[in-house]
Amino acid sequence: MTRAALIAHVLLCVVLARMPTFGQEQPHRVVSLVPATTEMLFAMGAGDRLVGLGSYDRFPPQVAAIPRVGGLLNPNTERIIALRPDLVILYETQEELKRQLERADIPYYRYEHQALPDITSTIRALGERIGAPQRAHDVAVGIERDIEAVRRSVAGLDRPSTLLVFTREPGSLRSITASGGYGFLADLMDVAGASNVFGEIQQQSVQASAEMILARRPDVIIELQYGAGAVGRSDGLEAWKTLASVPAVRTGRVHVLTGDQFVVPGPRIVLAAQQLARAIHPQ
Amino acid sequence: MRSIHARLALTTSAFGALLLGALLVAPLVGSTSISLARVFDRSLPFEDNVDAQIFFIARLPRVVAGALVGGALAAAGVVFQALLRNPLAAPGTLGVSAGAALGAMVAITFGLDISLAGLPSIPLASFAGSLGALGIVYALAAARRRGQSTTVLLLAGVTMTAFFSALIMFTQYMADFTDTFRTVRWLMGTLEVGGYAPLVAVAPMLLLALVLVSSLPRSLDLISVGADSAAARGVDVVRTERVALLSASLATGAAVSISGPIGFIGIVVPHLVRLLVGSDHRLVLPASVLFGAAFLIMSDSLARTLFAPVEIPVGVVTALTGGPFFLWLLLRRI
Repeated sequence: MTRAALIAHVLLCVVLARMPTFGQEQPHRVVSLVPATTEMLFAMGAGDRLVGLGSYDRFPPQVAAIPRVGGLLNPNTERIIALRPDLVILYETQEELKRQLERADIPYYRYEHQALPDITSTIRALGERIGAPQRAHDVAVGIERDIEAVRRSVAGLDRPSTLLVFTREPGSLRSITASGGYGFLADLMDVAGASNVFGEIQQQSVQASAEMILARRPDVIIELQYGAGAVGRSDGLEAWKTLASVPAVRTGRVHVLTGDQFVVPGPRIVLAAQQLARAIHPQ
Repeated sequence: MRSIHARLALTTSAFGALLLGALLVAPLVGSTSISLARVFDRSLPFEDNVDAQIFFIARLPRVVAGALVGGALAAAGVVFQALLRNPLAAPGTLGVSAGAALGAMVAITFGLDISLAGLPSIPLASFAGSLGALGIVYALAAARRRGQSTTVLLLAGVTMTAFFSALIMFTQYMADFTDTFRTVRWLMGTLEVGGYAPLVAVAPMLLLALVLVSSLPRSLDLISVGADSAAARGVDVVRTERVALLSASLATGAAVSISGPIGFIGIVVPHLVRLLVGSDHRLVLPASVLFGAAFLIMSDSLARTLFAPVEIPVGVVTALTGGPFFLWLLLRRI
């Protein structure tokens, strides 16, 4: 091989690596390890192409019939390869799995998520990748329109300072993790007409001590419940009564919102935005 | 050399003053500035008094928790190091911490929903886990004949820790995605105990352990040199070992169940104190309890304020501040 041919070859490889869709067929056997992309594929009418899912995929109901291949930390490469997928959607951080798929010559799509606008941009990119750009575009436009509608519905109303709690220890105010000022849930709070008590902390989540909550005096506290055992969990809101000087506690504006739509940044984000807006602006 | 009574009085008053200082200053610092006059202003109802709520609900339980946990872990460290004749022994050496951690992991992963005497499920399950480990330790100690090497106990402890750690890993691996984060957070340890109930629940156990341990210093001195020579000088080695093992493990289990595992205190505070006051356990034990308590309170104050409003895990502060100080003390002695 001449030197020039070698350089050309290397350049071509780089270009191919940078353009994952180049020269590839439309995928028909898709494995999605990410709950959000699973929901996106169903929303754009490509759910029937899914042949394997991650352990945490619980929506829509059709997912019950699809084989599971592990999750973020424990993907089962053997099972994934055995399903003979022509596209695997995985988390950007799953380096080991990427290497194994490369060796098996199976193309993959890297899922990365940051904030609210990434949801619709991922839907569009995913639509391009699976060859359904128009339907993906329609879904994305629908979500953007509905989110805008929620934003308009609370425009002009007061913006109560709100604490959005992701988790805490049941029955106590220990280990409270709340939304910081970054991420799709922080963005959703803004859409739903709330002012985030931890808005200036540029992190997705904040460890909130009792002192921080007492000092910041939220008008509204919203607790999210999600995951497999979310429904019917009985650790009520008793624990909050300890913080009697917090306006939300005093005026009874402590709410629980239940459902995976709050932790899966997919099409159901619209539902999450609507529920948040209703909790923050009951009128 | 002065009499032991004079040295004891001097040591306890010096370390006691340090603890008192920590107890007085720590509730005054935090991410928010509060006015002490307003805290004790009786004309305002408590529900309306934000400063008083921050002081009494957010800060004071943490400071008291720091004192209890720090004192308990340091005392347990002293006892284990003497008993096992090993400078690397720590409160967790016999697997009690790992048992407590396993209890907490199970409670988080399976969403246990129980409460008892105002205690929520995670500390309860964690304490139950430490009791399970304690039962095994006791069985080991009871089966232990005089003259048997402490190596057996040490190896058993290492094995139990490895066994529990494997179960912890398994539980975490099977956990739902969102619960995994909570288990990781628990394993970092925190003094945010969420009220006075956990403190009231563990205080009697810690007190009992402390009373039991406080009868031991002379025997520990002799045992830490060698079991045979201790027996020759009239120490009931088997009984002393059992009392010491049980009380130190009880203190460890109670402490870890409310705070999670907080490293460094149990292993390094006893050494630090020995470098300062010598190796007489009549001095080392009370001084370690007082210093452990003061050190953890001060570390938590730093953890709360250093990057305010964001807090850092207190275990990070204990190791980052205590480590270099300990190395400096070590080097000075060489």
